[in-house]
Amino acid sequence: MDLVQMIGSYLASDIRMATPILLAGLGLLLINRAGLLNIGAEGTMLIATLVAVVGSFYLGNVWLGLLCAIVSGALIGALFALLTVTLRANQTVVGAAINVLGSGLSATLYRIIFGVATNNAAIDTFDVLAIPILKDIPIIGEAFFQQKPIVYIAFLLVPIISYYLFRTQSGLNLRSVGENPKVSDTLGINVARTQYLAAIVGSAIIAMGGAFLSTGLLNSFSEEMVSGRGYIALAAVIFGRYKPTGIMAAAMIFMGGNVLANILMVTGSNIPYNFLTMIPYVLTVIALAIFARSAVAPAALGKPYKRG
Amino acid sequence: MKKIDSVKTKAMLERLFQQLIVSGSAIVIALVLGMILIALMDINPLKAFAALLEGAFGSTNDFAETLVKMTPLLFTGMSYALANRCGLTNLGMEGQMYMGALFAAAAGIYLENLPAVLHIPLCIAAGFIGGGLWCLLAGWLKVRFGASEIITTVMLNTIAINFIEFMVNGPMIEPPGINCQTSPLLATATFGPIIPGTRAHWGFVVSLLFVFLFWAFLWRSKKGYEVRVSGLNSQAALYSGINTDRNILLVTFLAGGLAGLAGASEIMGVQGRLFPLFSPGYGFDGIAVALIGMNSPLGIVFGALLFGAFRAGGTRMQMRAKVPNSIVAVMQALVIIAVVASQMLLEIWNEHRLKKAAMEQRSVAVEGKEG
Repeated sequence: MDLVQMIGSYLASDIRMATPILLAGLGLLLINRAGLLNIGAEGTMLIATLVAVVGSFYLGNVWLGLLCAIVSGALIGALFALLTVTLRANQTVVGAAINVLGSGLSATLYRIIFGVATNNAAIDTFDVLAIPILKDIPIIGEAFFQQKPIVYIAFLLVPIISYYLFRTQSGLNLRSVGENPKVSDTLGINVARTQYLAAIVGSAIIAMGGAFLSTGLLNSFSEEMVSGRGYIALAAVIFGRYKPTGIMAAAMIFMGGNVLANILMVTGSNIPYNFLTMIPYVLTVIALAIFARSAVAPAALGKPYKRG
Repeated sequence: MKKIDSVKTKAMLERLFQQLIVSGSAIVIALVLGMILIALMDINPLKAFAALLEGAFGSTNDFAETLVKMTPLLFTGMSYALANRCGLTNLGMEGQMYMGALFAAAAGIYLENLPAVLHIPLCIAAGFIGGGLWCLLAGWLKVRFGASEIITTVMLNTIAINFIEFMVNGPMIEPPGINCQTSPLLATATFGPIIPGTRAHWGFVVSLLFVFLFWAFLWRSKKGYEVRVSGLNSQAALYSGINTDRNILLVTFLAGGLAGLAGASEIMGVQGRLFPLFSPGYGFDGIAVALIGMNSPLGIVFGALLFGAFRAGGTRMQMRAKVPNSIVAVMQALVIIAVVASQMLLEIWNEHRLKKAAMEQRSVAVEGKEG
């Protein structure tokens, strides 16, 4: 394998691995920008990994599975908003509960639906969708244009969400709710409705990240398969300074560590396997330590808003 | 003076009573929801619930099993609660637990020729330090760099679990190195049974001792008072001259130490040696234990009993009624959600009542003027 080919395939695998984190990060961004702190991305993704597999299994189509996962995410988002916006409950606690729920519910439902058989049920999964002509460009072709459809969707969401947040009235309203809900309220913005919508749409996007894990990156569900990606996405939002492009860069850097670990594993380096597995998590901690102070979080992030 | 005191006590009792009702009804609601879920699986929920109760309290042996599960939960529950009292969110109990187990195992295996009265306290101290340092790392990252402890503690979980796997596969592997585990702890470093013939061990008594220390620290020491003040309002604490940074470091060390003891007691009392993935998630259970116990010592004992019984009975329920064990996590989440929801409903209702009372007072005053 020559160098050009190698770089192309490493870049391609980095982009593939970064996709679930990017989607979760973009969903979290919408939620955070509306002033809600949701640490429940891990649980939301876990439920989505299972729902996507179940949907694809029963409906026979991976896109319908994705749709089911998106709906499951929206429902969890609505539950989160009900508890934190309407009842003003502690957002961290509710997020933690969603994570426990996700881990318990996905494992329980999986064992009920598929039993404890060790061989996984065959399901419809996403195929690579190569883009004609563009796919033949060296390096870039393999990295960017020979990917599965959700990868394209995830990276297209970056400019879309950027445009929405910073160029539309609705996006401005959402951001102002996250900065100062009281002033937004006086200006006639419906704070509760904005936060509900952000939680629902954001969680639906997070769920897409989960669905891609079990029907795109892999082709089956396993317990705890999200393995911390929901939390890494939280760090990616901070590292990316609450901007879509920043989150994209963060996701690719964090998962670059993962790709590096894979390369080292294949080339048979002397570093023990367990240390290689740690790389993305260590990277996340270091990145967070370096960039935590310079990232300006929405001013009202995590603070319940009480009218009147 | 006396009158004020009695009014105060009455208000406190009323508040306590309200809280009890709230927690109690939340648990009932969560149980009912859980049973509905079981019914949806086409399983008789009463039968499943009976199996759970029997597995937790059916015989001396079963109850001893509940005590076994309660022990780590008391520690991780206190760990979350202590950090929370200081306004921090420790989600890293699982990793701290593994580090505590590692340190305790090292002390228990390599410190030879010690009498048990010395060896056991040394292992406990080692476990505390192992977990404490691991959590202190997150505290330091927060104080020094402003990195959110919510994220760093979770990342440190995965790092710790991988590190333990490396240690028991390499430097600490049992000779000649066939099985991925350490040598057994020396007999002088293990907890004997408190109920003969069962697995319930002296670690349980140690955990209760720490519940007392937890109470004494938070409510009977100056530092504990400072911690609680900075948890309620960090700005106010700062203005009144409390060094919040130093308190964060202290609390992360102590909270991590408590979680470390969960691992130490599990190694010293149940497993007898260290191996990867020995915890079924006691670390994360601590969140639910602390929440349901409202971060108070007695509440945590109650919460640990509840979830310990769930864990002990869950196995029986899985065998008898074919309900997957993982339903315990679902019940936990339901309990957390039900508790926070009912607490907030109570608060909103109280606010509403106050507002109404104020309105009535005002209208009486207006009528008085007119009349």
